[in-house]
Amino acid sequence: MNDIEIRIKEIDEKIKKIKDFMESSGIDLSGEIESLNLKKNELIKSLNPKSPWEIVQIARQKSRPNYEDYIDGIIDGFIEFHGDRNFRDDAAIVGGIGFIGKFPVTFISHAKGKNIEENVKRNFGSPHPEGYRKALRLMKQAEKFKRPVVCFIDTSGAYCGVGAEERGQGEAIARNLLEMSDLKTPIISVVIGEGGSGGALALGVADRVFMLENAIYSVISPEGCASILLKDAGRASEAANYLKLTSRDLLELKVIDGIIKEPSGGAHNDAALTAKNVKKVLIDTLNELTKISVYDLVEKRYEKIRSIGVFLE
Amino acid sequence: MIMWKDLFVQRKYATLKVTQKSDLAKDENVNAENIDVDMFTKCPSCGEILINMDLESNLKVCLKCNHHFRIGGNERIDITFDKGSIDYFDTNMKSLNPLKFPNYSEKLKSLSKSLGINEAVITGRAKIEGLDVCFGVMEPNFIMGSMGSVVGEKLSRMFERAIDMKLPVVVFCASGGARMQEGMLSLSQMAKVSAAVKKHSNAGLLYISVITDPTTGGVTASFASLGDIIIAEPKATIGFAGRRVIEQTIKQKLPLEFQTSEFMLEHGFIDMIVERNKMKETLHNILKIHLGVKGNE
Repeated sequence: MNDIEIRIKEIDEKIKKIKDFMESSGIDLSGEIESLNLKKNELIKSLNPKSPWEIVQIARQKSRPNYEDYIDGIIDGFIEFHGDRNFRDDAAIVGGIGFIGKFPVTFISHAKGKNIEENVKRNFGSPHPEGYRKALRLMKQAEKFKRPVVCFIDTSGAYCGVGAEERGQGEAIARNLLEMSDLKTPIISVVIGEGGSGGALALGVADRVFMLENAIYSVISPEGCASILLKDAGRASEAANYLKLTSRDLLELKVIDGIIKEPSGGAHNDAALTAKNVKKVLIDTLNELTKISVYDLVEKRYEKIRSIGVFLE
Repeated sequence: MIMWKDLFVQRKYATLKVTQKSDLAKDENVNAENIDVDMFTKCPSCGEILINMDLESNLKVCLKCNHHFRIGGNERIDITFDKGSIDYFDTNMKSLNPLKFPNYSEKLKSLSKSLGINEAVITGRAKIEGLDVCFGVMEPNFIMGSMGSVVGEKLSRMFERAIDMKLPVVVFCASGGARMQEGMLSLSQMAKVSAAVKKHSNAGLLYISVITDPTTGGVTASFASLGDIIIAEPKATIGFAGRRVIEQTIKQKLPLEFQTSEFMLEHGFIDMIVERNKMKETLHNILKIHLGVKGNE
């Protein structure tokens, strides 16, 4: 419990005492209770300071740490590999090998740029099919050499374009989902910024899925949802509430396994500290997952994927 | 085949204006009581006015231009599986509203009432000309055949049962993609069904994906694209991103054939295009070869 939570608890106790006193003495102190409730609500607000829409803005901040910051802060001796051995190299996904602590890993991440030149080169982090096929090639390589795979998710979505459709965007994503469900080596995924739909999920089938505190993960962008279901793209902030796309909501829905703390105000305020927090979680998780036999790991991964969903029968 | 239209319309001379009931009522020369507009359907592709009974007997394929009309899940089952062979799975499974998404519960309730089914997929076990399969048939009219928790769960269980029963699977896809109203739970179903497909595949079993109009988004990006054999009906829309979204992104109009079955065949993403009246026979023939059963023994 943090300071604010302790103060809220104190106020609750005070209100209870006053209510008991009111009952026993018959003296009306409802004004007191009301002012205490106001104080309590303010504290609750400061505990949950951000609306989903505000979190969307933080997740999309240009200055938010990207793949490069995390490679610098987390991975020792990173060596980048290129290409899907089929069509071309897609710069919207970066992949390679290196060490996280004592663990050799294969690292794969969506690559958003921080300035316009880099974003043009990297297509704003929106991959074409060859990006997903490069990712899958590197995952299969990791499986061969028994290296864990660490995937970072940061995309507004897979690219929507003619070439992407001609080369099978749907098939590329589908193939990743299928192969990742059965990859015989540990997989950890972390949503670091934006997790946009199928293009994000294609790096997100894992033994453990984490989100940074102010990252978002959604079936559709709030703007898209607003324009389709609310018939007004301007109502995106409202749609952001409905979609349950924040880390807290998704932990509650059991879509993710954990939340990684960000510095106050957001990851952009201290990229190094954020990377340190992520690194600690990765090392703890690698320690845990590398102790499990590959057979059990894959079985448990299946059960975990299989258990997501809410229905009645 | 004798067609109803041949019996009472001289096609050469007849012209027929499509009119709404309300328009007919306004026209003083026509007695609206005597004309039943529900008898005819206008082909959205070529504009031909088709007599419904003819259209039905032609499996809802336009007699003039071969346009394949969208059909519901139960109609698909009727024309694909042997009468009396069907054993349905999980018919009582229903969606909840886990995100408390506005209007979603109401929508589910009114659709299951009007369509008489609980969700956007029907699953079960049946025979195709005597050969056993497990099947999934999507219902394009149920929130655009979108996939939420129930669609994902029903399909996954069907694949798992097929593993237990050592049976091939046939899935008729028709879907707008992941269902927005269940947010990330819907997106996660893509991974869930794909994982079940992989398990079924690891067991050495056959999965045939049949893509029908329209198959887009999260269904294209999961089980629709994962069949050992992928068949499509002619001119079905198949794609990942919506046509309108792509046009907005690239600021250009797209050609008509973009994201059709023919386009996907040309680009190597489906095995074959099969017309509706040949579908059952084609499925049977593929199953036969996988079972190594020549002839009809």
